[in-house]
Amino acid sequence: MSAVVVNHVSKVFNEGRTNQVDALVDIELAVEPGEFVSLIGPSGCGKSTLLRLVADLIHPTSGDVLVNGKSAAQARADQDYGMAFQQSGLFEWRTVERNIELPLELKGWDKAKRRARAEEMLALVKLTEFGRHMPWQLSGGMQQRVAIARAFAAHPRLLLMDEPFGALDEMTREHMQSELLQICEATGTTVVFVTHSIPEAVYLSDRVVVMSPRPGRIVDVIDVGLGDDRTDDTREDDRFFASITEVREALRGIEQAEILGGVEDR
Amino acid sequence: MNVRRLAAAVVPPLVVGALFLLLWEGVVRVFDLKPFFLPAPSAIATAFVDNTQRIWEAMVVSGGNALAGLVAGTLVGIAASFLLMRFNILNELATPLAVALNAIPIIVLVSVFNNMFSITSEVPRRLMVTLVVFFIVLVNVAKGLRHVQPTHLELLRSYAASPREVLVKARVPNALPHLFTALKIAAPTSVITAFVAEYFGGSQNGLGSRITSNVANSKNAVAWAYVVGACLLGLTFYLISIALESISTHRRGSDLGGA
Repeated sequence: MSAVVVNHVSKVFNEGRTNQVDALVDIELAVEPGEFVSLIGPSGCGKSTLLRLVADLIHPTSGDVLVNGKSAAQARADQDYGMAFQQSGLFEWRTVERNIELPLELKGWDKAKRRARAEEMLALVKLTEFGRHMPWQLSGGMQQRVAIARAFAAHPRLLLMDEPFGALDEMTREHMQSELLQICEATGTTVVFVTHSIPEAVYLSDRVVVMSPRPGRIVDVIDVGLGDDRTDDTREDDRFFASITEVREALRGIEQAEILGGVEDR
Repeated sequence: MNVRRLAAAVVPPLVVGALFLLLWEGVVRVFDLKPFFLPAPSAIATAFVDNTQRIWEAMVVSGGNALAGLVAGTLVGIAASFLLMRFNILNELATPLAVALNAIPIIVLVSVFNNMFSITSEVPRRLMVTLVVFFIVLVNVAKGLRHVQPTHLELLRSYAASPREVLVKARVPNALPHLFTALKIAAPTSVITAFVAEYFGGSQNGLGSRITSNVANSKNAVAWAYVVGACLLGLTFYLISIALESISTHRRGSDLGGA
């Protein structure tokens, strides 16, 4: 059973009005369990919209989305997935550990069980000694690690991430990418990851889905042949550069102006 | 260290204040100003000591009115902001209403209230304070309940949180600092409103009415002594509001940090 199935999905915003936008047209995508899939494309290609459809934060205009074989709505109700955004979205009035406990609170876990899981998650993102800190006492990179710990807290089999490292500096970003891969490797988590960085997509992914705007659609799906064992050395591997070139060529197929407008080559 | 910093903050204004009083005393004596024009600080101090008991009683009356209105206005304001957020239609009403009420000197309503109750009643003044505080609290708390980070809302939706859980986990905690901001504005305002409301008639037992009646009787130094009492009461309320604010900022820290 696929972790995610997107079946002939289209999304129209402001339908029938003068400002109608065809955000996504006839999207077909299947993500297998344990797979890491990135969505890349210029601004306005609908990659975040596609992620939100999988998360059931918005509803498709036509077509349907299945998560773990259930409807997206049922999967959301069962908290089958964890989510992380570009803003860490930590609740600034809660300590770090109580932020991580929030999804568990809403699942009705008792306090002792929540606390134990929060400690486990803090160890996972190497922030054990920061549980009692308030979010504002942490650096941006640390806040984002807390957000990832929170996304993993309920041990979801699926993780949906919307440019989670987009606001971080280059070095923190590469470090977090390696950490994310290790955690996913250890937990067998499936990831759908939105980014507009080509190297980030290639380094992290088994497959990179290249999307184009107006209307949003999938133009290419590129298999990245880097294997499961990725280290910092991978970033200097010829196959890494070969895949980067492949993704870039696919993006170049999309109108040049839009690439310059939306995709960062970093 | 801290003592030195405290001294650096407290000493200069105290010195300036003392110099000002000395200058005032000097001007009154050198130019031989008559007490009905401007009494000397020493005369005001004597009047204050002679009337301590009566000033204290007037402070209790005005302060009691201010406090009653502050508490009632805050409670009703909080309740109303929850209603506003429950019924989205009223949302559009809140902002223009707030602007309108800031532009209109609603204090004049106190004479209308005076007509509605018996002449010795404190209710009109308390009602006036309640009304002023109510709108300050309403506007601020309603804003805090509504303006929740979009990321927080998306996260809670992804956790399949019910509307009640969104309220408890995100909206109420988000509105809390807005409530403290409202109280910081409302506390001094409630005292001022309580004084001014006394100028519109009713019983002559509060600071505001004592000031006017002593001026009318040419007891200028005594009137000034009541002014001192009014300053002390205003300061007390201001200090309470500062203390409330420091509790709220202590809880979160002053800096909410980066992304």
